[in-house]
Amino acid sequence: MADNKIAPTKKVALTKGDRIAVWWRSTFLQGSWNYERMQNGGWTYTLIPALKRLYTTKEDRAAALKRHMEFFNTHPYLASPIIGVTMALEEERANGAPIDDVAIQGVKVGMMGPLAGVGDPVFWFTVKPILGALAASLAISGNIMGPILYFVLWNAIRMAFMWYTQEFGYKAGSSISEDLSGGLLQKVTKGATILGMFILGALINRWVVVKFTPVVSTIQQAKGAFIDWAKLPKGSAGIKEALTQQAAGLSLDKFKVTTLQDNLDQLIPGLAGLLVTFLCMWLLKKKVSPIIIILGLFVVGVVLHVLHVM
Amino acid sequence: MDLNFIQVILVIIVAFFAGMEGILDEFHFHQPVIACTLIGLVTGDLIPCMILGGTLQMIALGWSNVGAAVAPDAALAAVASAIILVLGGQGKAGVSSAIAIAVPLAVAGLLLTILARTVATAIVHIMDRYAEKGSFRGIEVWQFIAICMQGVRIAIPAALILAVGAGPVRELLSAMPTWLTDGLSIGGGMVVAVGYAMVINMMATAEVWPFFAIGFVLATVQDLTLIGLGAIGISMALIYLALSEKSGGSSNGGPANSGDPLGDIIDNY
Repeated sequence: MADNKIAPTKKVALTKGDRIAVWWRSTFLQGSWNYERMQNGGWTYTLIPALKRLYTTKEDRAAALKRHMEFFNTHPYLASPIIGVTMALEEERANGAPIDDVAIQGVKVGMMGPLAGVGDPVFWFTVKPILGALAASLAISGNIMGPILYFVLWNAIRMAFMWYTQEFGYKAGSSISEDLSGGLLQKVTKGATILGMFILGALINRWVVVKFTPVVSTIQQAKGAFIDWAKLPKGSAGIKEALTQQAAGLSLDKFKVTTLQDNLDQLIPGLAGLLVTFLCMWLLKKKVSPIIIILGLFVVGVVLHVLHVM
Repeated sequence: MDLNFIQVILVIIVAFFAGMEGILDEFHFHQPVIACTLIGLVTGDLIPCMILGGTLQMIALGWSNVGAAVAPDAALAAVASAIILVLGGQGKAGVSSAIAIAVPLAVAGLLLTILARTVATAIVHIMDRYAEKGSFRGIEVWQFIAICMQGVRIAIPAALILAVGAGPVRELLSAMPTWLTDGLSIGGGMVVAVGYAMVINMMATAEVWPFFAIGFVLATVQDLTLIGLGAIGISMALIYLALSEKSGGSSNGGPANSGDPLGDIIDNY
């Protein structure tokens, strides 16, 4: 870092306070997200505490701001290591190292693609669905721990990740881009993808609800296989007796009704949901808008319900 | 249920935060399970709103802003449907019709999102001018304005629904026949699949499909909680990485669509 650089006239270094300020500002990276240069405004805003420390003349400041207003877009959390590296490069530049605008922009662009490729599967497709599904199932059952758990865990993971990767980027400086093209990045991506696919399989089974109601068969059961309601004692004793009999495995009705759903569940529970998911994947690959698919599924739900199929 | 002045203000503040987070994607105030619960908290209708939030969260699991793509707007869907649920005063019974309203709102919210991101293009041009002058202050101010614009994007629709009031909202909800609300909640059970399908299309490779199958089959064991499944998933990922390292380098697939046999079958169908 600055200590081992020989600067001809001045020697400036970023303090920990500067880096904390940058870390906090990186929370607002996407605030001015736009169709032209995407995260550029937020990126420049984030770096301001560092630029303020490093450059004192108006010309230097204007040049620094202008070079960071260039196109930038990555996963909002994985921007942190890039911010760290950029701070290290700017620091060396301010101390006289021959680092030009092209080099800085090159490092930014070179890192943003692969890192977005890590952030999307890790955060959006793994951590968020797992925490979200956990919180949602608690919330649906009326447990306030659901939302609290989601909020606390999500932000703890996010804030810690952003701080440590930013520091890592700052310390590793320009060598980080070489490291990232090595094996570590691919391992992280692959591990996240495996976990993500596994969890997706589980979530589809549990949470895509498709139930077919048509009755396939109605069989009258043998005597003693169902609860004989007429012979139960009166009042609460009868309820108790009925529950005891049900727990003993007796059926509630005289007729054993098998629906289409029961038949499908015998193959494997959740099969219909899996098929709906594959249908959606196919439609998405055919470039059908997800919005159309969502509205279409609602229409299908209503129509099939009216037809007594679901 | 009619809300008093303070409650109205608090609901609008929650909406503002949800709108901000809809673009920032950091604190996740815009996630339905948080946004709906907060609205429930400030209106005193906590439990029904939380159930609504949990149910919407399930639907929205796979909605993410990837690259420049815009996901359906979870923020508007969560905030508006929670307000409608509270105003309708039906408690838990109103949850399924509130969800049916939420999805068209998520679509309508897309248009507002696109509009806001277009306006932001003008804002960064103003920032350019301040950069030219070397003015840190100017860039900070306009970044702040851009974030507030995103908050207002949700706060205004929320205020409009509050202004229309409980009466019309209740009439609208009770005018919905049961075959429609029941059918919509059946559709809601299937809609979850769209988000998952988007995610799978992005992640799937030949190499990782077996893990999908294992996850699907293990989930039929009802005793396994999600945390338990997560532990199994992490363990398998670690084992796989360790083994493929030993056997001398794995193929560098990455989350691309290439080499995805099932995807290809679906493609060629």
